[in-house]
Amino acid sequence: MTSQVRSAYWRGFRAGVPFLVVLIPFAMVFGVVATEAGLSVAEVLGFSALVIAGAAQITALQLMQDNAPVLMVLVAALAVNLRMAMYSAALVPHLGAAPLWQRAVIAYFNVDQTFALAQAEYEKRPAMTVPERVAFFLGVATPVCPPWYLFTWIGAVVGARIPPELALDFAVPITFLAIIAPALRTLAHVAAALTSIVMALLLVWMPSGVGVLLAALAAMVVGARVELWLEARKA
Amino acid sequence: MTYSSAAIWAIIVLLGIGTFLIRFSFLGLIGDRKLPAWVLRHLRYTPVAVLPGLCAPLVIWPEATGGQPDAARMTAAAATLLAGYFTKNFMAAAGSGAVVLVVMLYFFG
Repeated sequence: MTSQVRSAYWRGFRAGVPFLVVLIPFAMVFGVVATEAGLSVAEVLGFSALVIAGAAQITALQLMQDNAPVLMVLVAALAVNLRMAMYSAALVPHLGAAPLWQRAVIAYFNVDQTFALAQAEYEKRPAMTVPERVAFFLGVATPVCPPWYLFTWIGAVVGARIPPELALDFAVPITFLAIIAPALRTLAHVAAALTSIVMALLLVWMPSGVGVLLAALAAMVVGARVELWLEARKA
Repeated sequence: MTYSSAAIWAIIVLLGIGTFLIRFSFLGLIGDRKLPAWVLRHLRYTPVAVLPGLCAPLVIWPEATGGQPDAARMTAAAATLLAGYFTKNFMAAAGSGAVVLVVMLYFFG
């Protein structure tokens, strides 16, 4: 491993550490709620280790509490995760040249936080080599994913309630908005973000995850259009 | 919950496999092949196209208030966006949002 690769890993690691503030309580809440719903500690841990997607895990759990058919649980929870197909596509230009097994490892760790930080880094430093990019991604994943398993497990075992006064429900939106705001570099980014908001609010009646997906597709088209328009105006 | 243990594990494992396949999809299948410029132009906007839409309903109709719009949460969201936009710093943005949320809930919550 070259020193550049090692330093890319640690740069990713440092960038990922702040997420712990939100991730630890959120993981514990899932552990507590899932255990109270009747899952065993092994099942709770299995969920977090195999799925690593908070929103989808909670969706599945809510439907399971209603004793919904298995197929319905799967379809609804996977719909919540469909946005990650776009993350997968967006990583192709940066990581497509990595060996297949490394792409598979990255796919497993491809969650909102790792994707958003990696994409921002790759755009900021286009000269990064492919091994450096892989190392950065795994660096972000290190303080994000293993603590997700660990703290769902602790939540399941300890079962402590998080006091509602902490308003933790809002930690996730604040985290995501804090990721996005610095990424609003051009008018095209702002237009895409506004489209995403308006469309997601209009499509909120759709099954969970589907409205967001359609809103995102519309927002990407708007972003690309505005970019072309800005370029044409400059020329 | 009345599922058998086998049914619960089936849900967990199938959800894990399905989620992995979604995450692997394009990265796994396209690999090193070049994408056309128009596709790249769209993909550049993926983060700003997904995350705001994911947050918007949570900000406007928060679950904690039973879906009632709430001044504290909306102000906190606005503070996060403004701080992040001007400082370009994740910690400054998240910190501002958290402080505004706590203060607003303390005084008006």
